[in-house]
Amino acid sequence: MSVPLTMLGLLELEPSHGYELKRDYDAYFGRGRPLPFGQVYATLARLARDGKVIAGEAEPGAGPERKRYVITEAGATEVGTWLAEPAEPEPHLQSVLFTKVVLALMLGRPAERYLDTQRSAHLARMRDLTDLKRGGGLLDVLRADYGLFHLEADLRWIDVTTARLGALAKEVRR
Amino acid sequence: MTASLPGTPVPAQSLIEARDVVKSFGQTPALRGASLSMRRGEILAVMGPSGSGKSTLLHCLAGIFTPDRGEIWFDGRRLDALSEPERTKLRRTAFGFVFQFGQLVPELSVADNIALPLLLDHVKRKEAYEQAAAWLGRLELHGLGERRTGELSGGQAQRVALARALVTHPRVLFADEPTGSLDSLTGEMVMDLMVGLAREEETTVVLVTHEARVAACADREILVRDGKVFDPRAAEVGQ
Repeated sequence: MSVPLTMLGLLELEPSHGYELKRDYDAYFGRGRPLPFGQVYATLARLARDGKVIAGEAEPGAGPERKRYVITEAGATEVGTWLAEPAEPEPHLQSVLFTKVVLALMLGRPAERYLDTQRSAHLARMRDLTDLKRGGGLLDVLRADYGLFHLEADLRWIDVTTARLGALAKEVRR
Repeated sequence: MTASLPGTPVPAQSLIEARDVVKSFGQTPALRGASLSMRRGEILAVMGPSGSGKSTLLHCLAGIFTPDRGEIWFDGRRLDALSEPERTKLRRTAFGFVFQFGQLVPELSVADNIALPLLLDHVKRKEAYEQAAAWLGRLELHGLGERRTGELSGGQAQRVALARALVTHPRVLFADEPTGSLDSLTGEMVMDLMVGLAREEETTVVLVTHEARVAACADREILVRDGKVFDPRAAEVGQ
């Protein structure tokens, strides 16, 4: 899963300080594995260097230096491109798909269209594996079956999530 | 391939087109402007959640249901504008059907069931049974011709149904959840046979399924949602 892109997505939602970004990331995408502060600030520095975010002036106050980060147009374009392109269809994509769906809903982007595109990419991969089964020996069949059953599980998740998008949007929109 | 505009000629490579088809049952809308286009010999998976309208779409494409609005084209002709006897004849001669359950006549033998469409089409009895025997072989049903259909396993029964659907060499095979009642391996065998035979016979196939692994046997898929068709290919080119 791409931490920098997820952080960019959260910054598209609203400008944030590093610690707010970490708090939101951990709440929605951390799944029990909090993002280290060091990784947050290192990522923000790289995003600023690459022109994806702009760091504001340091704000006065006790404790560590406080800067508010704002996404740039280039950063928002990158988020949009990342959300729209299907992930490489392979088993165990749940965390990437989950992040994309939740971020898309937060940002008011077309989550259903992204899921449809991903479904199509999964089915294209499943067609390749089905062709492999037709032309291969039993070992190829076993290997292809493993991929097919896992991709099918992802597709079930995509279908159920599509059906739940309305309720999910209410839960994640602030 | 996307559907053409209403009233315009059907492209030569297109065998079936649905154009903005609307169909309701009482106050309940099943299709709300469904459009699609299929080329000759194509195998198309029609996917979608329960109640989305995918079976209704199949029934409209096959001329079983008449749309309330919109157009259905088959081989350059308006299917929805044909009379009921004309549509019945077309279904018997140009279309084959495989459903999930209950399509075989239990009082008849396996060979009788397969020969039935030919006998209804006035093919001579000897010839009809010779053709039925050949299809028994193609569907790996050797030696089962005299059995009653109630004695068959689920997979055997679906293969008999497939043989009966293909015995008339239909232009289009309509299959609605053909493996829905079968286990994974048996369903896979039925799908392998269906796809292989459709390719050999150059039969166009409309395959309604909610199973991704079954849909993966098709050339491409469309998704029916809330009575409308989502075509990933059209979305890719921004249509």
